[in-house]
Amino acid sequence: MTNLDLSKPTSDAAPAGTPLLDVDDLRVEFRTRTGTVHAVNGVSYSLAAGETLAILGESGSGKSVSAQAIMGILETPPAVISGGGIWFEGRNVLEMSAEDQRKVRGPGISMIFQDALSSLNPVYSVGFQIGEMFRAHRGMSRKEARKRAVELMDRVRIPAAARRVDDYPHQFSGGMRQRVMIAMAIALDPRILIADEPTTALDVTVQAQVMDLLKDLQRETGMGLILITHDLGVVNEVADNVAVMYAGEIVERGTVDDVFTRPAHPYTEGLMGSVPQVEAKGGRLQPIAGQPPNLARIPSGCPFHPRCARRRLGAEAAPGRECSTDVPPLRLVVPGREAACHYSEEVLGVRAP
Amino acid sequence: MTDQQQVDLRKDEVEAGTTTGLASPSVDVTNERQNSLWSDAWGELKRNPLFWIGAVFGLLFLLMAIVPQLFARGADPRACSLSNSNQKPSAEHWFGFDQQGCDYLANVVYGARNSLIIGLLAVAVVLVLGVVVGAVSGFYGGWVDSLLSRLTDIFYAIPFILGAIVVLRSGILGRGVVAVAIALAAFGWMTAMRLVRSQVIAVKSSDYVAAARAMGASNGRILLRHILPNAVAPVLVYTTITIGVLIAAEATLTFLGVGLQRPAISWGLQIENGQSLLRTAPHLVLFPSIVLTVTVMAFVMMGDALRDALDPRQRA
Amino acid sequence: MSEPREHGATAASSLSKPAPTPVAPTLEEPAASGARGPLGDTLLEVRGLQKHFPLTQGIVFKRTIGHVRAVDGVDLTLRRGETVGLVGESGCGKSTVSKLIVALERPTAGSILYKGKDVARMGGRALKEYRREVQIIFQDPYASLNPRMTVGDIVAEGWAVHDDVAPKKGRLKRTQELLDRVGLNPDYVNRYPHQFSGGQRQRIGIARALALQPEVIVCDEPVSALDVSVQAQVVNLLEDLQDEFGLSYLFIAHDLSVVRHISDRVAVMYLGSIVEEGTDEQVYASPSHPYTQALLSSVPLHEPHLRGQKDRILLQGDVPSPADPPSGCRFRTRCWKAQDVCATEAPALVDRGQGHPSACHFAEARMVVPVDAE
Repeated sequence: MTNLDLSKPTSDAAPAGTPLLDVDDLRVEFRTRTGTVHAVNGVSYSLAAGETLAILGESGSGKSVSAQAIMGILETPPAVISGGGIWFEGRNVLEMSAEDQRKVRGPGISMIFQDALSSLNPVYSVGFQIGEMFRAHRGMSRKEARKRAVELMDRVRIPAAARRVDDYPHQFSGGMRQRVMIAMAIALDPRILIADEPTTALDVTVQAQVMDLLKDLQRETGMGLILITHDLGVVNEVADNVAVMYAGEIVERGTVDDVFTRPAHPYTEGLMGSVPQVEAKGGRLQPIAGQPPNLARIPSGCPFHPRCARRRLGAEAAPGRECSTDVPPLRLVVPGREAACHYSEEVLGVRAP
Repeated sequence: MTDQQQVDLRKDEVEAGTTTGLASPSVDVTNERQNSLWSDAWGELKRNPLFWIGAVFGLLFLLMAIVPQLFARGADPRACSLSNSNQKPSAEHWFGFDQQGCDYLANVVYGARNSLIIGLLAVAVVLVLGVVVGAVSGFYGGWVDSLLSRLTDIFYAIPFILGAIVVLRSGILGRGVVAVAIALAAFGWMTAMRLVRSQVIAVKSSDYVAAARAMGASNGRILLRHILPNAVAPVLVYTTITIGVLIAAEATLTFLGVGLQRPAISWGLQIENGQSLLRTAPHLVLFPSIVLTVTVMAFVMMGDALRDALDPRQRA
Repeated sequence: MSEPREHGATAASSLSKPAPTPVAPTLEEPAASGARGPLGDTLLEVRGLQKHFPLTQGIVFKRTIGHVRAVDGVDLTLRRGETVGLVGESGCGKSTVSKLIVALERPTAGSILYKGKDVARMGGRALKEYRREVQIIFQDPYASLNPRMTVGDIVAEGWAVHDDVAPKKGRLKRTQELLDRVGLNPDYVNRYPHQFSGGQRQRIGIARALALQPEVIVCDEPVSALDVSVQAQVVNLLEDLQDEFGLSYLFIAHDLSVVRHISDRVAVMYLGSIVEEGTDEQVYASPSHPYTQALLSSVPLHEPHLRGQKDRILLQGDVPSPADPPSGCRFRTRCWKAQDVCATEAPALVDRGQGHPSACHFAEARMVVPVDAE
């Protein structure tokens, strides 16, 4: 586990210990006829080699869009990266030419998706599709690429890889297809693997297998892993650090142990109260009121305030900390922990200084 | 906090569904009637300029078909004088004269009746056949579907125009306007049927149909309330476009010598006759073509507007 | 005819406080006395339920080349006022069970008894009445509401089918009361489903089910498609409605945590049949079927301090095809306890000394989920 890098990214030469990836104040908008949708509003995080960072959020929180921006796979238009930088190994990817971006991203960062079936081409065998990575990027021969594909399928623990290399995607179960996609993603030994809801479509027993596989691969290669998910349990079992997103912003950030044990943002606190646990029947759930916001009409002030049980409005609020008008910045609350709430100390139960 | 902010906050909360209910247990009825799909669709249509443009042109041509005298500027389409043959348009005779020396404006205006009757009648038959056969086939499935689908395939196998020629040649129906319309519809309903059938099959397996069935709703109710409203929209669009195709097909039949015959007047006849004189008298093709195009556009616009109005998801 | 109607009217009495109901006089009596009966009557009894879908080949001349045994021997009992959870992974047949129970599919064999009467033999009026009393809530809140109907029409549709439930006059008011009860703004009757978020749509689906004053609601993955924070709202709403109207739920889901939270009793399903059944405490704290143990051990825990405290049982291979299930015990191909007897003899779902039924020859209680000490 690495320390959380809370300082602004440094763009200078990259000495040892510099994060692999630095996302700095990233902003993404979708410009549509009916208005501008602010999907990502100033998101910053960094990832070191061997680190697992979970990005936790509900639908519409911008967690997937920020990852797609890193991968350069946003549909533009309508999407526009309206600000910020993405620093990969000390170089700002957004300032490179399209050709350079492809050279950096292809072998450097790769991604796996929730829906393995639609990410695989149904008319080619899986071996051919895995081998494609080697043929396209390494110029290998068909025969050589096929051999490497079998090796990779073995590595992601697909049973009888040599026999199944010529099978087609529909002949695999959901868990096995997800493994095929992981094999393609790690084919070129990426420094960073972004997993976008990798197990959401899978059954719980298969989910456990796939998460184990990802952790093992990470241990072998030392790659950084960004895990995008809405599942608190997966975050707890797999990630080192977690960034909680809401309405396109990071509202809380810290180590998983800290954040899950003592949340500093009312939204995180609300999420914890919303999920029943398998360990005990538990009492009545404490849901967050209301619905996630429409990103075309993000509420003023703190975006969470309409749903927040702890909000302070009008005269109740401390000066400059009125929840419906003053935007709370992401600030250091206690060492190693940031939260974007005016009243984080109360949430934490820590006496305000 | 300003009033505006309080209003905004209140709105956010209501939209979020947090402040409804328990706080105000007594419910006031908001208005006396509940909206239905069709009344909402009409409200939506009324606001759509596309619909109004289409409707104005549509009505104009309809009026032209009913009382052509109003539009012909006093000319009689059959009062011809060969001395005027192929004369170019002038201030006196806006559309000029045709080969026989008849006033062309009057001819085009009087042509609206036959062309529209053929287009509308044929499309009505296409729509009824397509929706009924398609809905029955898709909804009941099984052997009914197999039988009706094979029947459709048989009709598909016969080229549209060839089929119409055979029917018209046989003389069972005669050679009048109704005969041409029915001959065209008889070989043109299959695409509508397939559209309806595939839509019905898609909608049939949806959860809301399962919900209605689990509630005990009858087959008729499920078809009329759930399946057809969700299945007919693409067909409506298709059929409005088909009106134009059918009007043009009538022209083809005429050209082949089995459609309407002179002295009948129709746009198809005029376009076909004008074709051979395209170099010397281009206006003979130009004017009926423009009118035909505008008519088709009018129906397509109305079809588009109708599709949007029938789909609540399109509304802002 | 008249008797079931009485039940229904009672169940919904508090919803329609001022509104006239067909059998009004008994309404103000203490609820449990007459019509409603004591808590714990058996409402639904499923015995040996099977559903086999034929596998066909050919388009014009279809021939059957096999059967998918989607449901292959399911026993369930649902008593009044209780929630029975049915858990299993995708493809285990739990959704088919829900369709069979609401009579959307006909069983191949076995019976579903509702208040002692076989649903498969019901016809006409009896079936219609059954369909009023047993409602279903679907998983996908986007697909389960007709996009071309207003919310008011959707909620009120049941009354057009069962016009004795609510008099024509005042239906709009009843609709608005229902929307209000499920936490939606009653002014939204004229809106369309697409104008609502997923959680709100699920509330509309719940209002539609409630409109018919049902006794039983089959909830087929009702919260799986919802965001975490909204999921909890809907779970709480379902619990409140159960208390208010004395509803019984068959709660079908793949999320073991939600099922434990909401259920009084839990049945675990694997490849078409039930492998273990018991109270939530019995099944979760001392699971005795190897599949239940493996399933529970895979659920990620939310508490950092419990991380790594449980045995992880990783299952080998994939679920076999329901078209060609293994002989004997269905689970034996992936089971670490399997012996010869498992291939020849299918284990019955009986109590083998664990205090609750388990379909394993070698059933043995084992704690896999750590108990949260805090």
